[in-house]
Amino acid sequence: MAFAGRLALVLALVVCVYGIAAALYGARRGRRDWVDSGRRSIYCLAAILTVAMAILEVAFIRNDFSYNTVANTSSTTTPLLYRAAAMWSSQEGSLLLWVWLLSIWASVATVITRNRLRDIVPYASSVLLGFGAFFTTLLVFFDSPFAQTHPAPVQGAGLDPLLRNPSMLIHPPMLYSGYTFFTIPFAFAVGALVVRRVDADWIRVTRRFALASWLFLGIGILLGARWSYYELGWGGYWGWDPVENAALMPWLISTAFLHSVMIQEKRGMLKIWNASLVLGASTLAIVGTFLVRSGVLNSIHAFGASTLGIPFVALIAAMTGGSIYLVVSRRDVLRSEHTLDSLFSREAAFLLNNVVLVGLCFVIFWGTFFPLISKAVTGTSAAVGPPWFDRYTVPLALILVLLSGVGPAIAWRRATLANARRNFLLPLGAAAAMAVAAYTVVPISSSIGVVLLFCAAAFVFASVGQEFWRGWRARRATSRDSPPLAFLSMVRRNRRRYGGYIVHLGIAVLFIGVAASATFQHEQTLSLQVGQSTKVGAYTMKYVRATGSVVTDPNHTGATMTLGAVLRVTRGGHYVGTLRPSAGYFPSSPIVPGLVVASLISGDAVDQIGLQSSWRRDLWAAIKPLGTTLPANGTQLPEEQLISKADALIPANEPGADQLSLAYYLLRAIVTHYRNFPPPASFTLIASPLVMWIWIGGLIVLLGGLTAIWPAPSALRSRVRARYLARVAQELGRA
Amino acid sequence: MTALLAALLIGALVAFVLWALSGPFRARAAAARPGDSDARRALESAKESKYAEIRDNETDYRTGKLSDVDYRELDRQLRAEAVEILRAIDEFDAANPAPSD
Amino acid sequence: MTPPRKRQVRLVVSLTLAVLLASGLIYTSFSAADPALTPSQLVRQAKQGTDIQLTGTVVKHSVHDLASGAVDFALADRAGGGPTVEVEYSGSVPPTFEVGRELIVTGELRGRTFVATPSSMVTKCPSKYAAAPSST
Repeated sequence: MAFAGRLALVLALVVCVYGIAAALYGARRGRRDWVDSGRRSIYCLAAILTVAMAILEVAFIRNDFSYNTVANTSSTTTPLLYRAAAMWSSQEGSLLLWVWLLSIWASVATVITRNRLRDIVPYASSVLLGFGAFFTTLLVFFDSPFAQTHPAPVQGAGLDPLLRNPSMLIHPPMLYSGYTFFTIPFAFAVGALVVRRVDADWIRVTRRFALASWLFLGIGILLGARWSYYELGWGGYWGWDPVENAALMPWLISTAFLHSVMIQEKRGMLKIWNASLVLGASTLAIVGTFLVRSGVLNSIHAFGASTLGIPFVALIAAMTGGSIYLVVSRRDVLRSEHTLDSLFSREAAFLLNNVVLVGLCFVIFWGTFFPLISKAVTGTSAAVGPPWFDRYTVPLALILVLLSGVGPAIAWRRATLANARRNFLLPLGAAAAMAVAAYTVVPISSSIGVVLLFCAAAFVFASVGQEFWRGWRARRATSRDSPPLAFLSMVRRNRRRYGGYIVHLGIAVLFIGVAASATFQHEQTLSLQVGQSTKVGAYTMKYVRATGSVVTDPNHTGATMTLGAVLRVTRGGHYVGTLRPSAGYFPSSPIVPGLVVASLISGDAVDQIGLQSSWRRDLWAAIKPLGTTLPANGTQLPEEQLISKADALIPANEPGADQLSLAYYLLRAIVTHYRNFPPPASFTLIASPLVMWIWIGGLIVLLGGLTAIWPAPSALRSRVRARYLARVAQELGRA
Repeated sequence: MTALLAALLIGALVAFVLWALSGPFRARAAAARPGDSDARRALESAKESKYAEIRDNETDYRTGKLSDVDYRELDRQLRAEAVEILRAIDEFDAANPAPSD
Repeated sequence: MTPPRKRQVRLVVSLTLAVLLASGLIYTSFSAADPALTPSQLVRQAKQGTDIQLTGTVVKHSVHDLASGAVDFALADRAGGGPTVEVEYSGSVPPTFEVGRELIVTGELRGRTFVATPSSMVTKCPSKYAAAPSST
């Protein structure tokens, strides 16, 4: 079957090469049948890769360890769901996932454009198949997921317990969907530039694809932040790590594009700029894919020297060089039809927003690649830390939030002072009111940055709220719908506008959460005895008692031993909540003879965070009950000494099963001892305000994005209306 | 047994690919209707965008971002541009009559 | 000023502004950055008192928990072997900390020991993205 998988990948590569040749030949000779054959290659690619994925997944589910990738990342002790997900925890598996997703989205794009953009589609198909060819070449010649070892090992290395959580199931596929989706606007941009046609139809199609990629990538980034906060032991959601930045950069550029493309649509301006943005965002998406697996930068994700670094760099160089060539050689087609009427207009606000977004991207790019840059310039690799990033991104983000409140309230082309007064009075008033509140009621005045952000957010809320209110009132005046229906129909008739407004609201909410939690967080890492308490901000946390349990799991699918604590949290003497952090200890594989008890718990450890979230604040606790590594050196906790003693008690000549049950018995006794006589444990305790608003803001952004991307109401109705409009237009033209 | 299954799977894939890729050559070439052409599509999209702009302009006016005078001037301008596009569509249709089937 | 002229002026002004800001950014990054070194590089250069970002693999049998809650361990180069650096670390330790795993700590060299800034440890995500040994 693995051989079939290999053959499938070779077939995929052949189909890609054929498709490119067929599409290009058909385009040059004007032969529709060749072009269609090329387009169908994309569907074939999707079918072949789905079969290859299925073969690999079946191998994972069946625990077929003859496959190297299954043996390296899974084991019989990994639960079923995570066995299936383990496929993308390896390089070769993740590449297969990437190219499979590419083929699926490319097929969707090909279906959508089957009757449109006929000159562009052949070139766009070739580009997409080109990406397919690149990745399948890697899979066929460099790192095959179907490589086997015979005889097959009996047991696999197992999936790291840290990856055994639901986020692992969703985060990579979602992020990859975002990355791969960017290839579609790239392909259509290249195609449009090749045939020298950047027109209204191209804009409409590309805009939809760009919005979809923006949405997927945004969700992927947010999920990554959530995973970091809920599962990893440091209590943070963003560390300016290179892979976090790698996902953020294309997202920022595509946000810029989504705004400036509106200007191109209305005024025929910024064509060169928009083309560059699309090409840039997609190239950055490939850079992001490359960073995660290259080992080029020190990061939480980058690993070992990868053999795939050079091919990726070559691809990125080709994309960058090709994009620059196309834009420069087609600049006559990209000339602006109009110019900016006034600096006080929505166009100008969008331009400024673009500048800020690109500026943000540049700052993040510079900081992320600085180790390489400094190595090239000074000879030593040097890294900038989060404080450097914060210093430059915070003011830019502040301006961005402010702009997101200006945009909705200002007119296209030319806004007048009188109008400005009418539209900005309320938002400015809200900002001022917030400023007053910041120095009286709301306790944030110690940080001027937070005050400014809160004022900007108030500005946005008022501005967007005003827009919804006025739009609704206008709708009610012209239609006979009931109030709630009028609201819905208002949104339905202009999804892009109101979806965008909702996204702005979500971003403002998200930044409120980020600003508050980043600035006013209280954190402590310390050792506590039972009965001891400590103050974290305004909260008192008391270590009430220890908990512990042992699970007899012959399949070793979960943590053997879990040790934890019960923390009672009070504020000003009033009970607030209870946190139950714990640490799960997994068995190491294989069980070492003579150290049976220790083997049961000296595999990886997982933090189970004790968390209580509310609107106002999050209370977050992590515990490290035993030593940093097991078996421990140096100061041994009584438990660890007990473990050594227990191991000594197990007779070596007993049958394995008996040794194991004796080991479990002894382990249970040790855990009971831990519960009754707990030693001091190390805790990380955090009280962080408004964290929940970050996730809520993200959900609002998602809602707004979905609203904007949802297809317009039935074509028939809009066509009828359009006919009437046309008549009116013609009559007016004659008047 | 799995070897047989694998062979069948690959065989089916290859057959599917050959069938799919040769399809456009086997089918009789469909007459390209002028309504499908890219140029006309582009004009249609431009018309839709222009209508959206006219509606947007009206929404801006109703939500107080434009004065009466500004609104009417802009509205007149946009409708004139829409008329131009409609004219271009009519010209295109006149120059490319649909074949009578 | 005629419109094309106005546009040119606007373009020049904004480009100049962008270049100035970018230069400021680039200049400050060189002074704000900490050298990123491996243990063997650190032993060779031995610069005391400046902040350094140290990347290395945890050496076997080198992990000692101290009564104060801090932990000592030694880091070696990714390739293994070669000179090791003793690290004193306090603060939160990510659960992915393991002997043989790679991690990053920020801190400064004091004498022969690397004293880490509390809670500055970053360990690697356990996804195995390195190429399989057979294909290296």
